[in-house]
Parts: sequence; C-alpha cells; structure tokens
Amino acid sequence: MLAYVNAVISGILIGLAYAIAALGLNLIWGVMKVINLSHGAFIAFGMFAAYMSVKLLGVSVYTSLIPIFVAGLIVGIVAFFVSLYRVLNAPELTTLLSTYSLSLILIGLGTFFFTTNPRAIDTHLGSITLGYSSISYSRIIVGLISLFLAGTLYLFLFKTSLGKAIRAVSQNPTAAKLYGINTTLVLSISFGIGVAFASVSGALIASLFPFTILSGGVYELKSFVICVLGGLGSPAGAILGGLILGLLENLLSLKMPVDYMPFIEFSILVIILLIKPNGILGRR
Amino acid sequence: MQKGYTLFWLLPALIALVIYPIVTNNVMLRETVFLILLSITLSISLNIILGFTGYVSFGHIVYYGIGAYFAFYLMYAYKVSLIVSIVLGGLVSAAIAFVLGQAVLSLRGAIFAIATIGVNEAVKSLINNISILGGAMGLYFDFSIYDNYGGALKAIWLSYYLMGTLTILSVIAAYYIKKSKFGLGLFSIREDQDASAVLGIKTKLYKSLAYATSAFFPAIAGGIFAFKAGNIEPSGAFNLVKSIEMIVMVMLGGYGSVAGSALGALFYEKIKSILLVMPYVKDLHLAVSGLILLIIVQFAPSGIVGFLTKYFKNLRKVLE
Repeated sequence: MLAYVNAVISGILIGLAYAIAALGLNLIWGVMKVINLSHGAFIAFGMFAAYMSVKLLGVSVYTSLIPIFVAGLIVGIVAFFVSLYRVLNAPELTTLLSTYSLSLILIGLGTFFFTTNPRAIDTHLGSITLGYSSISYSRIIVGLISLFLAGTLYLFLFKTSLGKAIRAVSQNPTAAKLYGINTTLVLSISFGIGVAFASVSGALIASLFPFTILSGGVYELKSFVICVLGGLGSPAGAILGGLILGLLENLLSLKMPVDYMPFIEFSILVIILLIKPNGILGRR
Repeated sequence: MQKGYTLFWLLPALIALVIYPIVTNNVMLRETVFLILLSITLSISLNIILGFTGYVSFGHIVYYGIGAYFAFYLMYAYKVSLIVSIVLGGLVSAAIAFVLGQAVLSLRGAIFAIATIGVNEAVKSLINNISILGGAMGLYFDFSIYDNYGGALKAIWLSYYLMGTLTILSVIAAYYIKKSKFGLGLFSIREDQDASAVLGIKTKLYKSLAYATSAFFPAIAGGIFAFKAGNIEPSGAFNLVKSIEMIVMVMLGGYGSVAGSALGALFYEKIKSILLVMPYVKDLHLAVSGLILLIIVQFAPSGIVGFLTKYFKNLRKVLE
C-alpha cells in the first residue's frame, strides 16, 4: 500500500515536469501545425544550461531557470527564422526535416563540446517524511514550479493580448492576419515559448535524474506520447497526459520490469492515434 | 504505359557499380559499394511510400529491423539457408506492413509520421525485452554457420552478390510500379486522396500495397546485412537515425523519382564518407550533416532531380 502512495505522489510530481515539456511541443503544434523534432535537442540544451550554471557559476538549479527561460525564448525565435520561416506553408515533410536538421546541428555541437558522458546535478535537499512515505524535496519543488509555469502559460494565453493573438492565429491564421495581427511575430514568439518550455523542463528533469546530451530524445518521445494522449494542440490535455504518463510509469514499475515501459508507452501512442486521434479530451 | 529511358542508363550504371569490385577483387571497395547498394535499396523502397504516395514514413527502418531479426533468427536457431531466410523475412515484414497499414495509413500528414516513429520505438523496446531474441545485447552467430557457404570469406562475397541483385531488383520494381496504373493511382493519392477515392481508386488497398512493397526490400536488405555482420541488436536494427538518413537520401535525390532516390543515396554516402575523414569536421559530422539537410530543405526542396529537370526539360524522361 505504502509503495502505491509513494508511486502516486512521485508520479504526479514527475508527470507535471513531463507536462511542461509536452506543453512546449503542443503550443508549437497548435499554433503552426508543425511537429517540432528539435524539441529533444532543446530539452538537452536546458539540461546542459542548468548543469553549466550549477558547475561554473555556482547558482542553484532553480535560480538558473529564469535565464534558461529567457535564453530558450531568444534561441527559439532565432531558430524559427532559421529553420521554419521559409517553409511554413510547405508540406509537413519539409517542416519535419527542417526541425530535425536543427536538432542534428544542436546535438552534433553538444556531443562535440560535452561528449556523451552521463552527468547529474546534485541538489542536496534531502527528503520529507509524511507518515511512512518519503518524497525528496527536489521532486516537490519541480512539481510546484511546473504547476506555476502551466498556470502562467494559461494566464498568458487567455488574459494578455499577445496570448489572445497566439490563440487567434492558431484558430485561423488568415482571419487573424486580416484583423491586423502580425502573424510572423506571433508565430516566432510561440515557437520561442515552446522552446523555452522545452529548455526549462530539461533543466527541471536534470535536477532529478542523471542525463547525457542524448537524453533529450527520450523526453521528446515521451512528450509525443503525452501530446497524443491529451490531444495535439490542447494545453489542458498536455497536463492531463503528463499526469497520466507520470502515474503510469511509477505505478507500472511496481508490477513489471522497467524495461517494458517504452513498449507500453509507444503502444499507447499508436493505439490512441488510431482510435482517438484527437486525444482523450479531444472532440471529434 | 508511357515510354521512359531511365532504366536504360540506370541499370547499366548499377551493374557496373556492382561488378567493379568483383573484377578488381578489391575488398575495401566492396565494403564501400555494399553500403552504397544498401542505401540505394533503402531509399528506392522508401520512395515508393514517401515519394509516390506522399506518406511520410518516419520510422520506416522498423521493417528493415523486422526482416533482419526474422531472417537472423531463422538462420541462428533453425539453421535455415540464407536465401530462404531473407526471402521469408521480406515476406513477413511486408505482411506486417500490409496489416499495420490498414490501420496507420488512415492517419495523414504529420500524425502518420509520429505514429510510424511510435511503431518503430514500440517494436524496438519489445525486442529489447524478448530473451530468446537476445534482449538488448542481441544475438551472435556461431562462426561455423558460415561453413555451409564455404567459409566466412565466401559468405561475405555471397552477401555482396545478393545485395547487388536485390538493389537491381528493387530499382526495376520501383520503376515499373511508377509506370503502371497502380503507380498512377499512388500518385493521384499523393495529390488528392479524397478526389482519387471519388474517382474509384481503392485508396486503402493501394496505400497498403505500396506500404507493403516499400517494406519488402528493406527487410531483405536487413537480413543480408545481419548475415554479413554476424550479429544483430535492437539499437542497430531499429535505429531512428538511419530512418531519417533514408528520408534525407530521397529528399536529396528528388521526391518521387526512381533515378533521384538512387542518385540521392549515392551522393549521401559520398558526402558522408568525405565528412567522416575530414579533420575538424570529423567530430562535428552530425552538425555538418544537419546543416546540409537544412540547406537542402530550405533552398532545394525538390532535390537534385528537381533542380536538373527545372533547367533541362529534356532530362525529364531520363530521370524518372
């Protein structure tokens, strides 16, 4: 019983961090109908940015999140103009390949500078004991920051004019343009936000688990599963999907070897795509 | 059927490429040509679903892996002969693609791409956990298996001949599919699926058949490659990077063109081999190939063939 309580709590906390990664992917898909295959590279970017700031600057992981978010935003906007601006209206193969080439460049540079050695960030925070179950503080902080970020994104999308413009463009780019919205600006900023979320989630995940420059790929695939679970393009769905995946990972690992997890995750991905392509929350 | 001249130069060129290492008896060259032939087979086959039908099969390497595992296991556990195993591997892989295609091909565009990545990763992690297939460590041949083929040396030459034959067969098959009524149906699905369904094309059957064909040749190639290597493991057989390399070859050569896919594979292998030996670039080859891909996608989305036929209209019949 105790094991289950533990698994549920840590599943929810990890799930929230996954949800943040998936939110980035989801926003980009929702606004410009592009699957960002460089998502994993930006997650890895966040991981290493956090690692470098802890090692070289000596700041805590949590402080480094703010500069990482800003850097992610800027890098994302630049990346948008480098890889997507020219090909936005091309068939999806083109956008898939062009974001993938971006990922190759980033991962190539990353492997060159950091090699593929595993690294880890130690947060030295200890753990809290509630009754008989113990949860590490770093997980709780990650969960809380993720909730805060998701809430902020919600407020941004629904309460600010730029957020409303983003939603307008995602609903109908042509009409949005006719109403005087600068669609290029909106698209580049939403790509920037997507990348910033990917990087921050990378930093958050890095504070919990060891990682290499190639780990981004694993979390990118997890983000796909989450987005598909919750419905591509739906922010609330991303959070729900993240929680489901987090819980599933933690609960199933009590019952079966961890190695089976990827198989279950990807089977879920394919099955959901086939029977409910709009996700659990999606309308038909 | 409209006449074209592509095969008149493409086949002799391929045969010359296959024969050259045999005549000169150059082992180094044979290895290089083997990889080129493998790449050509992969890109020609992928082009059938990607270029002809317009479905972005991002995880296409899964069929290569399935064929490789099936053939390897037959040879490893039941001592079935090479040719029978690879052909069976191809058929099984094509059958799986056909059945899976019934479902996945109803997805379109980027969603289909994600689903194929999912299929590849799911199969990879499943095989990672099956202990009779060696799990994550994979399987290794006992060297005595090569004795049936006259020793390891002869076996490697045999796998080379088989790869050459397979490449030539896949080129002929792809060309005749393109020129047939079936191919015309595929191209119309690519242009407008709903319209072609209205015009009486059995879109579901056509798509699934195209998918199965494009799974058949890579599966055999996988079997040959695994036989030659003498071992097989999941991360090599279901390597997503290889899958993307296949797409890059098709894009580099020219989407939808048989000659283009062959040329794309040739150029890609050439570029790769140059990058891998260049000082400085060697460590950065991933980043450099990313840069090259980015430039192709942004500035020459129709590839070599698209570029050539745009400026030399007469080349159209030669570069189909």
